[in-house]
Amino acid sequence: MQGGQERATGEKMVLSFGPQHPATHGTLRIVLELDGESVLKATPHAGYLHTGFEKLGEHLDYNQYIVVTDRMNYLSPLSNNFGYVLAVEQLLDIEVPKRCQYIRMLMAELSRVADHLLWLGTAALDLGAFSVFLYSFREREKLYSIFEKTTGARLTTSYTRIGGVLRDLYAGCEEDVHQFVSNFPKALKETHTLLTRNRIWMDRTKDVGPISPDDAISYGLTGPCLRATGVSHDIRKAEPYSSYDEVTFEVPVGTNGDAYDRYLVRMEEMIQSCGIVTQVLDNMPDGPVNLEDNKITMPNKSDAYGHIEGLIHHFKVVMDGHGVETPKGEHYCATESPNGELGFYIVSDGSGTAYRIRIRPPSFLHFQALPHMLEGGMVSDTVAVLGSLNVIAGELDR
Amino acid sequence: MNEEKEVEEQPKPIVLEKLEEHHADALLAQDETRGTVVVVVRKEQVYAVLEYLKTDSELAYTFLVDVTAVDNSRMESELMQFDYARFMVVYQLYSYQGQCRLRVKVPVHENDLSIPSVTALWKGANWLERETYDMFGINFEGHPDLRRILMPDDFEGHPLQKDYPLRGRGERESFNFDKQNA
Repeated sequence: MQGGQERATGEKMVLSFGPQHPATHGTLRIVLELDGESVLKATPHAGYLHTGFEKLGEHLDYNQYIVVTDRMNYLSPLSNNFGYVLAVEQLLDIEVPKRCQYIRMLMAELSRVADHLLWLGTAALDLGAFSVFLYSFREREKLYSIFEKTTGARLTTSYTRIGGVLRDLYAGCEEDVHQFVSNFPKALKETHTLLTRNRIWMDRTKDVGPISPDDAISYGLTGPCLRATGVSHDIRKAEPYSSYDEVTFEVPVGTNGDAYDRYLVRMEEMIQSCGIVTQVLDNMPDGPVNLEDNKITMPNKSDAYGHIEGLIHHFKVVMDGHGVETPKGEHYCATESPNGELGFYIVSDGSGTAYRIRIRPPSFLHFQALPHMLEGGMVSDTVAVLGSLNVIAGELDR
Repeated sequence: MNEEKEVEEQPKPIVLEKLEEHHADALLAQDETRGTVVVVVRKEQVYAVLEYLKTDSELAYTFLVDVTAVDNSRMESELMQFDYARFMVVYQLYSYQGQCRLRVKVPVHENDLSIPSVTALWKGANWLERETYDMFGINFEGHPDLRRILMPDDFEGHPLQKDYPLRGRGERESFNFDKQNA
């Protein structure tokens, strides 16, 4: 990160990076002020994918809104589904059955691995390492088949419900997951041999886009980007939600807070997630997946078709204006999504629709810190740093 | 009698004790819901209170998680509580040291939408305040670069205000592509 100032010729060039560029992975834009190849100033622009998710939340009922959460961080929709329903359930003061908590944790950790794998493939692709992309997508495909079999969709999963999940795991799911987690560490090792001691990869990422722990906290970085600076903080450990207090895992941290450390932290997180998945599978409790409260969850189909009470409950949950109602009040619930702290702040006026719903997206704050990491570096670092932050436009602009 | 005893058993969160000691005149209300302490603070003192919360060595709320606002114009009970202030600016704080959360809320009246900016305390406040300005029209005084962030620069109105319709005011139909390209 040598400063370009001493080579200044006084002639500046303005380069508009994005909104359509293969390396931005979404519609976002950075205006770079260059002197030769040195970045003097970087100005990020957001908003190209703004879709009014927060406004929509004031018009959709609580179960309908789950569909919108899929589209926030579209690399790990299952984590978003999880974080959102958890916020509503905490507002309702209900706790879902153990089996449901374990299934949600299983899916959240698998989607963390899928998210990191996509990040790994594309971040490496941006720096010219094409084979890593193929290796990571091969593994990600296995996960997406599991998601597809479980939820019926690869991307728009909408798997959770207030008080439960869409359906129980499919028969044979546990074997599929077991097979994945037993093969995965070996597959990840292949990537390690391709990148971790690779001279080009190290030159392109080491000491590139560094940030100090104090600055990282001041900028509001969370997740792998914060942990890469050496701050050991993970919401799953600090404020264990669901059943995260019943599994053991390590929180990997970096030392320099540069792109290379962010890479290493994510690589290790995938292994830790696999460890959590194994524990979850080993201790998966039996029992119902949905909360047995007919005011909140749908009755099972035989009840709905065979009994008048079941039919009424079904009707009540589904009909507009009759669905789940939360007590008047407000709640902020944060979960550790693959990218960092994903928070839902819900203000309820006692009706079946949120009065105000605010999503605290990790990518929004990560993108804001980009100039701090870029200025003084080279143009080519832009791609490396942007890649290392994993800014997801759907979540950035909401 | 029993009720009094129950109150005594629950110790008061230290943050409330310290705020009462140092910034008693700034506090409008305090509450604890679902494990989070919530304080409502007078607008004039919000910078001093947040600075104190951040820098006090015992509290150390060093992480500004979020800044947003709520338009209470359709919620009569909330409006009445704070002298018909239409907006409530909400700060979510987190202390890495104490591993606890805190919510600071500030009532803002419609006829004076200004509130001190906290960008000098947290670098991350910059975009969060810009978004709150964009969506609600809250004017953060002392902000270095208070522009719209999610909506286009020439957009009129603030979409998350309750009187802004869900489907917009015809911006989509009347969007001028020629002007944008020029």
